[in-house]
Amino acid sequence: MTAPLLSAKGLKIAFGGVKAADGIDLDIAPGEFVAIIGPNGAGKTTFINMTTGYLRPQAGHIHFDGAEITGLPPRSIVRRGIARSFQIPQLFTEHTVIENVALKVAAHGRFWRGLRPLLDAETATTAMRLLEQFGLADVATARATELNEGTRKLTDIAMAMALKPRVLLMDEPTSGVASSEKFGIMDTLVAALRAEGVTAVFVEHDMEVVERYADRVAVWSQGKILAAGPPATVLADPAVLREVIGVETKHAHA
Amino acid sequence: MDRRLALPAFAGAALVIALAASAPWLKFVFTIALAKGLAVTGILLLLRAGQVSFGHALYIAVGAYTVAFTRPHVGEMLLLLPLAAAAGTIVGLAVGLFVARYRDIFFGMLNLAFSMVFYSLLEKLYEYTKGTDGIRVARPTIAGMALERVDYEWTMLIGGIALALALGWLASRFLASPLGQALPAIKTRETRLEFAGISAKRVLLVAYVISAALAGLGGGIIACTTLHVTPLLSYWTHSGELVFIAILGGGGSVLGPYLGAIVYELVRVYAAAAFPDGWQMILGAVLLLIILFAARGLWGIYEDLVLRKGRRA
Ligand SMILES: Nc1ncnc2c1ncn2[C@@H]1O[C@H](COP(=O)(O)OP(=O)(O)O)[C@@H](O)[C@H]1O
Ligand SMILES: [Mg+2]
Repeated sequence: MTAPLLSAKGLKIAFGGVKAADGIDLDIAPGEFVAIIGPNGAGKTTFINMTTGYLRPQAGHIHFDGAEITGLPPRSIVRRGIARSFQIPQLFTEHTVIENVALKVAAHGRFWRGLRPLLDAETATTAMRLLEQFGLADVATARATELNEGTRKLTDIAMAMALKPRVLLMDEPTSGVASSEKFGIMDTLVAALRAEGVTAVFVEHDMEVVERYADRVAVWSQGKILAAGPPATVLADPAVLREVIGVETKHAHA
Repeated sequence: MDRRLALPAFAGAALVIALAASAPWLKFVFTIALAKGLAVTGILLLLRAGQVSFGHALYIAVGAYTVAFTRPHVGEMLLLLPLAAAAGTIVGLAVGLFVARYRDIFFGMLNLAFSMVFYSLLEKLYEYTKGTDGIRVARPTIAGMALERVDYEWTMLIGGIALALALGWLASRFLASPLGQALPAIKTRETRLEFAGISAKRVLLVAYVISAALAGLGGGIIACTTLHVTPLLSYWTHSGELVFIAILGGGGSVLGPYLGAIVYELVRVYAAAAFPDGWQMILGAVLLLIILFAARGLWGIYEDLVLRKGRRA
């Protein structure tokens, strides 16, 4: 097996009495698409928060491309090539869609460029190409507040992709998206990620999406990884079914 | 400045000159207003990031006292004003490194605190500052020319207008740049900036230092116009006045601060003459009306009246 691109060892963090991570070990190979599933409160978002520097683990180590990144601030982690999107899209609400993406393009390129406008020809072209890739060209000049949930999710992910990451961590890319749209969004997304050769980790509640798009799935439960492996095997495991799918069915009716 | 701004900017400049020619004392009022407009432009940058400073009179005082202290050794305005801006920059950097870490009420109050410390220093260090008496400033030369009063005042006014136009243009360029566009991003989603690899603190610090430089320059102009500086320049009411003008003028355009400052100074002067005891009440009522009915300030009213209508026609 090739050396992992992203590697977590023994991650622990607790909030009060709640163990949101209780010894997380996970290796992600270059080019892999790994889905994270598990009930609400299992610690899936917390894993992303620790990996991107938003939370510092109380124990354990995170390595990226062979170098330790544990506890580094978000800014230095993202510069190394790990970007993320958010469970609730975090858009710049006073800006348009293209400006949202252009800010990220500039952040990755020449942000300190003096008085040259944000939307100069070069940045505007790059941002527009990304929007086209994500099927967002039509809403380029819409304000971020005017979008529906699916479009906001895609914008949020396009913003992360503007940073040209090597690893992209996505927190529930299809939640809040109409089920008729979810495969469309995932197809767009996965095509864009594959085209750029990006390694991806995504938290997902929809088992159909997991089966269809994940190379591997890791099952989270109370801060631990209950099982990990190919979707066909893992999703057939009765223990996993009890822990996750049971909860999921309840969610589907809620 | 794009074309939408160039026309009102030059028309406004012409109007100011015409009015100043009609009433001699208006030259003084307008020059002070333009100087405050510079400082308010800095307030506007910080407002874009959602931050309100209640202490920027500090930098006006720093600029003004820099002129007062160096005037005995430096007789030339073209040196005095850059020195005032440089002093504002340096103090702004020192204070900014500290306050740029804070947000909202803490940001506002820390600025207030720094300005009040400076105020009491100016008052207490009588040996250097002559306390509340303040320091007289001898009229400097302008580009080597020792001008008589009327010519001096005209040169100050025209120079002030030229500076306002040039710096207004620069400010609008700045606001369109990635750095300027990151300011509203601090207001709406600061953490997302960090997740883009950008230090929000550093972005705010740059805006802060620019705002301090602008206020320092404004203070230098005020000292060269009033020819007398006192600690009152840094008093908190004057910081509040800058925020007042920013809201009055409106944050939507780099011309808002100048529009606000000119209207403010005119209302203040006329209202103070007509109602010596009640003019503050009039200003308060005006601010109340603006906040309630025209949140985008005077510039917003202008946009609604002129630009929107123009586009529809
Ligand atoms: N910053 C935090 N402060 C306190 N508790 C937190 C924080 N982040 C997460 N938690 C708690 O940790 C647990 C795991 O949360 P999270 O990672 O968001 O779960 P998931 O994403 O799997 O639904 C939850 O009980 C949550 O309330
Ligand atoms: Mg979550």
